Amino acid sequence: MPLIVFKQQLSEDVVLMRLDAPLIARERRPGQFIILQLDDDYGERIPLTIADADPVAGTITILFQTVGGTTHRLAQYSVGDTIQSVLGPLGTPTHIERFGTVVCVGGGIGIAPLHPIVKGLREAGNRLIVILGARSKNLLVFENEMRALADELIVCTDDGSYGRKGLVTVPLKEICGGAPKPDLAFAIGPPVMMRACCEATRPFAVKTMVSLNAIMVDGTGMCGGCRVTVGGQTKFTCVDGPEFDGHLVDFDNLMQRLRAYKPHEEEAHHKCHLEMEAQKLAARQRAGAL
Amino acid sequence: MSSGNGSAKIGGAAKGGCAMSHATRTQLEQAAQAQLDALPAGKEPLKPRERLALPAQEMPTRDPVDRRKSMQEVALGYTEAQVRLEARRCLQCRNAPCVQGCPVRIEIPAFIQAVSDGNDAEAIAIIRRASLLPAVCGRVCPQESQCQLPCTVGKSLHDVGKAVMIGRLERYVADLERESGALATPVVKPPTGKRVAVIGSGPAGITVAADVRREGHEVVMFEAFHKPGGVLMYGIPEFRLPKAIVQQEIDTLRAMGVRIETNFVVGRTRKLLDLLEKDGFDAAFIGSGAGLPNFMNIPGENLVGVFSANEYLTRANLMRAYDKGRAETPIYPSRRVAVLGGGNVAMDSARMAVRLGAEEVHLIYRRTEAEMPARVEEVGHAKEEGVIFHILENAKRVVGDASGRVTGLECLRYELGAPDKSGRPRPVEIAGSEFMREVDTVIVAIGNSSNPLIRQTTAGLETDKRGNIVVDADGQTSIPGVYAGGDIVLGAATVILAMGEGRRAAAAINRRLAGGTK
Repeated sequence: MPLIVFKQQLSEDVVLMRLDAPLIARERRPGQFIILQLDDDYGERIPLTIADADPVAGTITILFQTVGGTTHRLAQYSVGDTIQSVLGPLGTPTHIERFGTVVCVGGGIGIAPLHPIVKGLREAGNRLIVILGARSKNLLVFENEMRALADELIVCTDDGSYGRKGLVTVPLKEICGGAPKPDLAFAIGPPVMMRACCEATRPFAVKTMVSLNAIMVDGTGMCGGCRVTVGGQTKFTCVDGPEFDGHLVDFDNLMQRLRAYKPHEEEAHHKCHLEMEAQKLAARQRAGAL
Repeated sequence: MSSGNGSAKIGGAAKGGCAMSHATRTQLEQAAQAQLDALPAGKEPLKPRERLALPAQEMPTRDPVDRRKSMQEVALGYTEAQVRLEARRCLQCRNAPCVQGCPVRIEIPAFIQAVSDGNDAEAIAIIRRASLLPAVCGRVCPQESQCQLPCTVGKSLHDVGKAVMIGRLERYVADLERESGALATPVVKPPTGKRVAVIGSGPAGITVAADVRREGHEVVMFEAFHKPGGVLMYGIPEFRLPKAIVQQEIDTLRAMGVRIETNFVVGRTRKLLDLLEKDGFDAAFIGSGAGLPNFMNIPGENLVGVFSANEYLTRANLMRAYDKGRAETPIYPSRRVAVLGGGNVAMDSARMAVRLGAEEVHLIYRRTEAEMPARVEEVGHAKEEGVIFHILENAKRVVGDASGRVTGLECLRYELGAPDKSGRPRPVEIAGSEFMREVDTVIVAIGNSSNPLIRQTTAGLETDKRGNIVVDADGQTSIPGVYAGGDIVLGAATVILAMGEGRRAAAAINRRLAGGTK
């Protein structure tokens, strides 16, 4: 059972954790992910991206946003706690070689899985333009890490609180329209952002790899819950992906499938907040009683 | 809701006899006891004609109405009087055709004689000489197409449904052994210093782990899920195979000293060849199963509300989504469900959907009931529970609404043509027969292909066109010291075949590690 060795609250709803998971740290490659479960009997299995790994220390870094029951509960865990089940590394690693100039776009916590890919591309000798997008300055993650790896770093915020105001697709288009145009693009973030990036690069014929966050159960090809339509064919995100040629991905279908359990998730989320409120209240009462 | 017969055409002769009226366990016990009491008192064995006149014993079951809302096991097991009576039906044929029908060659007449004599301990000891998982196989084996198919009793009565109920007798003595606490941990020989990796913890892996560990070799079993048991845990529902029985088998392995590494997917967490070359394993057995669901490849199959049976059953069984108050894993809220397929997994999916609250569950199969690969008992149970059967019908297209959710299934009618390679009549679609069924959920239960993970990450591992691992007569793959068995070799098959393959491979591994050839 992996031990939490480090925890950092990056923003109100984004948490970074380092887990003692030597086997995963040793084998993982850029582009891969884990599946995590907090309770073996009743817990759900959720896929999370690997933001970094240290094979010598035997640790992996995960970063997550508190959007559902499991992530909320996980955010309450502290250093020294253990997580019941962590499986990985899963998925086909990113194909990395010396492509030339690569533009990498990360949106929100999509910057986390982009980080090891950027690292890999750097080590392979590529010229890197990195575009990071966040709603606001306080929600921007991994800026320093990315700055250290990129030849050029562009930050965009929706509210203009930092860097350029506006969407990541604006600088992406500028770069694709420049000469020489980039040899490859990566775009990782929310599905709408990935789709917008693919539409931005399509007219310039810049191949754009995206990393999909489909709903999955086992993560090893057994359930098929993570199927996506790519170039008219059905692919399993967990074993065929998570990375696909974004110009071929049916994003509408992906987004519809991501909403399959929306009512359940909203209820779970709501329940979770109620539980947390109840806990806070109980703690306050205990403090008052003392 | 239809009882099951009403709206569906039932083609050909119904397989076996499944009573639609429900007899209670007490009624069945009393009837059997009356028959036993009427038997001649003396020690003279019954004449074959007298044996053939004894009625085949019906499996007592939970009430069909109650079980529509219950995950509890449906088949309750024979009572003692039923067991003694059923055992007397066996003719003790000298040529024992039943043994030929059993993939692991259990000495069936001998164990039935022991049951008939009231010696249940001896009966289970005889079974255990050949089978490691009698409580499981007694429940899930397709007996009517294996040991009970060639049974002389069934042949004489011209009805395989009236053969000696070998599986039910097996289940009785296995349950008695477990419930009485007589289940002993097998003796393990002194350590040999040799290490064996077993990949997958389903029936094939469990068998290999036990047989290899007995010889004193260190065994580490790797399981990708958070719980061991493979398909016995994630696939077969509680109402057909209680998880406590599977857990017992896993506990026995642990008591024997087998180490089980869950959350470990060989090929990703560690490559197979690294286990052998870097981690000090002397041999490996791949029993990773056929975990890659087949889909129909029809339009609309990726709409929201279409599931593989694997996904549907894993959510419901392993992740316990049926326990809606406690489980965090959601299950799709369904009102009208279509299940595609006619095997055991299709029956499990349909019956699970009933229990999860669907108003209507339609099972769609392109041949007729006579060709269904499912166990007769499961077909009967599904009907009793209100699953609506549609035979000679197949899905053509899934239809959805603007939000991508399933609203209907376009189907085609079929007829039977000349026999195909499998010997079954080929289903032929009737042109222009399209019609719509209004459903919100489609569960695809048309089989599995072999999971590609190990094949893709293991250089030099030979596979066939379908991706199944190629093995020799000993179960050894193209890589010396690496063995394989079960569905990853056979394609989707059965628990007993996986166990049979496991035994063969384990014997070869033991020979190899003892210093013999191969």
